[in-house]
Amino acid sequence: MASTLISNPVTNSDRSKKKKKKKIQEKDHNDDHNHIKWKSEAQQQSYSSKLVQALSQVRLGPSPSSPSAEVPRRGRAVREAADRVLAVAAKGKTRWSRAILTSRLKLKFQKKHKRQRVVSAATGTTRSSSKKPKVSVLRLKGKSLPAVQRKVRVLGRLVPGCRKQPLPVILDEATDYIAALEMQVRAMSALAERLSGSGAGSSSAPPS
Amino acid sequence: MSSRRSRSRQSGGSRITDDQINELVSKLQQLLPEIRDRRSDKVSAAKVLQETCSYIRSLHREVDDLSERLSELLPTTDTAQAAIIRSLLMQ
Repeated sequence: MASTLISNPVTNSDRSKKKKKKKIQEKDHNDDHNHIKWKSEAQQQSYSSKLVQALSQVRLGPSPSSPSAEVPRRGRAVREAADRVLAVAAKGKTRWSRAILTSRLKLKFQKKHKRQRVVSAATGTTRSSSKKPKVSVLRLKGKSLPAVQRKVRVLGRLVPGCRKQPLPVILDEATDYIAALEMQVRAMSALAERLSGSGAGSSSAPPS
Repeated sequence: MSSRRSRSRQSGGSRITDDQINELVSKLQQLLPEIRDRRSDKVSAAKVLQETCSYIRSLHREVDDLSERLSELLPTTDTAQAAIIRSLLMQ
């Protein structure tokens, strides 16, 4: 099993350069694909351009004259747009990306069906905390330790869409989510550098 | 070891083995900069999960900070400036 894990990245990196990622033979192959997918330059470029398009559509406020009051709202809007574009870039193969995309729909519908959504979310979280751990008990010193279980539940809350999921799903989603977040940070900082460097539309100091 | 499979619980129809969990945790371990650079193989699962949680939190914070920065840098109303940005990215 370990040897297949080591040999996978070599073959998968070739495939990712050819940009043909339709091979879903084993779960291992798929996961390494995802990991390398988020590191590719093409993915970052695609994300950056989509991000700019989304950001230009965000209504960032009527006037830039009072930035101190507007910034929290604008920052939040930018964050949500960036997360949405990230979820789109994931192409809906992961739970967290689907959860991000559907959470905005839920917010829109919450005004009409607020009881249903809120109640289902509440029962979901209480059920997940009081239910027995969904891990098979093989050894007493195994992963069924309450410390590990607790931490996985905390992790499940951090990753969107994973509150009610069993342990391996959470771990799996977390690996993809971390890689995607890293790409998001890289793309956004590159974008910020380019904007502050050219000084388009605002007088800002050149990057040191 | 003798009671390996006798006490396994069902979880949605599929039994999750300890090896599977180990594999997932080690994959997670490879992503974490802290543990990867330390080059130690004997990291406990709890430690890996702890590092994962704090790493995700710090990534969230970084994205929030970058969002703030971008929201200040981006023009708010002028569509011509948005076109400038797009042309910047097409380089």
